[in-house]
Amino acid sequence: MALADTPQQRLADMPAPSSWLARLTPLGLALIVPGLLLIFWHVATARRWTRLIPTPYETAEYMVDFVFGGIYNDAFSATAHIHLLASMSRVYGGFGLAMLAALPLGLLIGRIPLARLTLDPFFQLMRPIPVTAWLPLSMILFGLGARSAFALVFLGAFFPILLNTIFGVKNVDPKLFEAASMLGCKGNAQFFRVVLPAALPSIFTGLRLGLGLAWFVIVVGEMTGVPQGLGAVIMDGRTLSRTELVICGMIIIGVAGFISDRIVVAIGNRLLRWSPNHHG
Amino acid sequence: MAEPTIPIIEIRNVTKTFQLQGQTIHALKDASLSIRKGEFVTLIGASGCGKSTLLRIIAGFEKPSEGEALMWGKPISEPEPQRGMVFQDYALFPWLSVRDNIAFGPTSRGVPKVQARDTVERFVDMVGLGRFADAYPHQLSGGMRQRVAIARVLANDAEVVLMDEPFGALDAMTRERLQEELLDIWARTNLTVVFVTHAIEEAIFLADRVVVMTPGPGRIESDNPMLLARPRDIASPEFNDIRRALSGKLHSHHGKKAA
Repeated sequence: MALADTPQQRLADMPAPSSWLARLTPLGLALIVPGLLLIFWHVATARRWTRLIPTPYETAEYMVDFVFGGIYNDAFSATAHIHLLASMSRVYGGFGLAMLAALPLGLLIGRIPLARLTLDPFFQLMRPIPVTAWLPLSMILFGLGARSAFALVFLGAFFPILLNTIFGVKNVDPKLFEAASMLGCKGNAQFFRVVLPAALPSIFTGLRLGLGLAWFVIVVGEMTGVPQGLGAVIMDGRTLSRTELVICGMIIIGVAGFISDRIVVAIGNRLLRWSPNHHG
Repeated sequence: MAEPTIPIIEIRNVTKTFQLQGQTIHALKDASLSIRKGEFVTLIGASGCGKSTLLRIIAGFEKPSEGEALMWGKPISEPEPQRGMVFQDYALFPWLSVRDNIAFGPTSRGVPKVQARDTVERFVDMVGLGRFADAYPHQLSGGMRQRVAIARVLANDAEVVLMDEPFGALDAMTRERLQEELLDIWARTNLTVVFVTHAIEEAIFLADRVVVMTPGPGRIESDNPMLLARPRDIASPEFNDIRRALSGKLHSHHGKKAA
């Protein structure tokens, strides 16, 4: 049958498979700022505006040694993967644990008034405390070392996941509950068929923020008493005055954090295809 | 053939009050209405006349403060699939495709998957959305979303379809088209429709009976049988006469309001 309106146009607004040229343009645009920064870095170091920072070339060379070895053959050669794996295990471990704790708690607080009245004020009070302020206490409670870093990552990821889950669960359109109940879906069945899917975009935002914060916090957590990890590398670089080591550590954290964010976004885009305002 | 003697929906002396800043507001006062199976009834009135409240009481979303609401003689205590609601703002599940929105009711009630699938396909076709069965609500126009909402309650074996200004947010062309489609579906099935609107023309065009309601407090002013033959021509003199008469009734409360 003929339709009175033009849904074809709306469907045409969906992201269509684009040509390689159309796909290349955003990449080119995205590379402009990093490119300019690289040029500035090169000019600044080549002209000796500072002697404390190595040139991009030296840093690149050191990065190769840090990752593959065979150039300087010092204590850090070919150790990048060890540090990266150490940091990743803490980031994903702490993040995973935060997710396991924050998701059920958030669903509970968002859904059950008694839980909200009991727990929400406490969490609202804890939330403004920066994760880094927990460092001394965390060292006392968990000792100097990896467990303390793990605890900080957990705390950093916990709050964004918790708060966004609560927000998502509390803000389900009340009309959807009415629609579900008149269709025969009542009581606890609504939790899985209405609350959870409706809260999913918010939950995903929380997970994304949480993972970002986990990478943010890991450096602070690894700065004292941890032999391995990218934060430890940066701290060692500082004490040994090896700035190229510091920069290499920073770059690896940046890239690793970026990749893990893209993975979360890709999963989110797949699960949240239905959501008009969720295309990360 | 034995006609059922009890009405499918009966409202007996229903009053609905609520508190607003310490004052008691009568959303609905002493309303009585009985609807027979297969009837198409429109409730019309200005805002505050209680027409939506009455519909929500029939749906089971709200309980009367006094009086009772019955379906087949039994008190209505909660929302149930046999009374399907179509909301003005659609209230579709945005995370489900057209097909899955329509399947929501049957799967909630535990209808076997294979059987549910056949039902769903039939109603997807009935509302003309076959090509868009896999689209999500946000990809559809308002008219198409409302078609999904209608199919959703029909697929769930609703005997009574309650519609709360369902076409109020649509443009005139889409609205007319959906009115005709709704009448077409109603004529082909054994549905009872209770339809809330504030548009006189729409009320007359669709209904067997137009129930006029007036605000402050919300009351049923009159119950008007529509005897015009279908399909109705909104440009005919007969149609115009009815419109004028109803318009007079709609505005009659202005004089009484001060009392």
